[in-house]
Amino acid sequence: MNDDLYQDIILDHSKRPRNCHAMADANRKAEGYNPLCGDELKLYIKIENDIVKDVSWVGSGCAISTASASLMTESLKGKSREEALKLLEKFHELLTTDTPVTQELGKLVVFCGVRDYPARVKCATLAWHTLKSALTNSGEPVVSTE
Amino acid sequence: MIASVISAGFDVDKVREDFPVLKQRIHGKPLVYLDSAATAQKPFAVIDAIRKFYEVDCANIHRGVHELSQRSTAAYEETRTKAKRFLNARAKNEVIFVRGTTEGINLVASSWGRKNVREGDEIVISALEHHSNIVPWQLLCEEKGAKLRVIPMDDRGELLLEEYEKLLGPRTRMVAVGHISNALGTVNPVRQIVEMAHRAGALALIDGAQAAPHMKIDVQALDADFYAFSGHKVFGPTGIGILYGKARLLNAMPPYQGGGDMIKTVTFEKTVYADLPYKFEAGTPSIAGGIGLGAAFDYVTRIGLDKIAAYEHELLVYGTEALSRIPGLRLIGTAREKAAVLSFVIDGIHPHDIGTVLDRQGIAVRTGHHCAQPVMDRFGVPATTRASLAFYNTVAEIDALTAGLGKVKEIFS
Repeated sequence: MNDDLYQDIILDHSKRPRNCHAMADANRKAEGYNPLCGDELKLYIKIENDIVKDVSWVGSGCAISTASASLMTESLKGKSREEALKLLEKFHELLTTDTPVTQELGKLVVFCGVRDYPARVKCATLAWHTLKSALTNSGEPVVSTE
Repeated sequence: MIASVISAGFDVDKVREDFPVLKQRIHGKPLVYLDSAATAQKPFAVIDAIRKFYEVDCANIHRGVHELSQRSTAAYEETRTKAKRFLNARAKNEVIFVRGTTEGINLVASSWGRKNVREGDEIVISALEHHSNIVPWQLLCEEKGAKLRVIPMDDRGELLLEEYEKLLGPRTRMVAVGHISNALGTVNPVRQIVEMAHRAGALALIDGAQAAPHMKIDVQALDADFYAFSGHKVFGPTGIGILYGKARLLNAMPPYQGGGDMIKTVTFEKTVYADLPYKFEAGTPSIAGGIGLGAAFDYVTRIGLDKIAAYEHELLVYGTEALSRIPGLRLIGTAREKAAVLSFVIDGIHPHDIGTVLDRQGIAVRTGHHCAQPVMDRFGVPATTRASLAFYNTVAEIDALTAGLGKVKEIFS
């Protein structure tokens, strides 16, 4: 099948998710939930001097949401809070608009195919919505992508 | 099993010619539509009836003295007569037009419920219900301080009647259950359920959304007090449905909504409501929907619900066998009496990934909780993949599903 959604990197991260564990000394935490799919996710972040030193997650969901959480955690380490939020914005643009793909996203561009599957956007953004909640602490204790 | 055996006595190829939507390719593959429990496709007969209404007969119904209004009124009211026959109701005025099953249930919960349910009373539903037969009763119970009791089910997805018996008591006012479960396909023994409700002095409402397209309904034989179903699931248009109620009960109920068409006279001091069925039909309804639904009743009746049920059962048997052979696949809902619904999970693969990969092969299934989250909780799964069949489906399409699932496993394992 010539499928532009399930690219090899996505399949790889969905089968062998990275940074998939709880973190005892995290200083930022948030939970995400997608009631339609039943996808759930807990995000752990350790921030020091405004820099993401470590980030991990646990949860369950479809291949897209699992790979998205996995790749997100990989791409966040070493970033400042502001850079992380900027990346979120870029990622959201990648999924929901036709803007040309930019280099800043790195590996995350593999999610480009999701824009052709509007019903799956929420799968790819669950981890990122949870990130926003963890970094801004402005939202509900559990964020939902519904 | 071979296709010719399964199709004996039923010309599925001919039937498929009636459904224009089926003749298309999706992502380059022939469409395999396995989502009829969500909405059924529409035959030319229905599409043409709607088209004719808008092209030739369009006018508002009732009270108009001009020709078009009389034509549209006659066509719309003709559907009421057809619905009466379709359900074997005693009289035409027991047939209320609603938007769909959901509105039918809300009408009863709101109109009958507000008048008759008091604090401490009990409403019984089942663990198999669609949200539309849960939430209206929850709203009523909340408002009145009544209790919602739930008939549990076993691991096959069959209701436990001995537990149901224990739930019935002097405070039971209403038993509301689905005829066929949308999530699992279980056919409930509704005649017995109604009888038990009556013995306890309660009324019974049947949610017939999934039953009306697949089996002959006889509300008198069931002795149901209320029976609701949606037009769009019986191959008719969306936005129209039927609520059947016993005239005696409907007459004693207050109106559901106020407005035009549901009155005899209006003054600022007092309004006299219309007689049945119009008392419950405020405002301009879905006229084209009603007329389209009439064409759908004709169409289904012409094919014959007995033939439909027999053919679909053969598809179900074939599909159950085919899916059971797939390693790691677990069917959710294995009731002995089942409609043609195949709900399943596959180890380690999320239903939404299954649904997307199948879609790329032209196969339309539904994935998620099917508006029955308590059913999903009961089986400990967040969601399932559901293939729901209609009489226009074929053995070859089930084979396509099986092959499609092979592809799914190839990608994700």
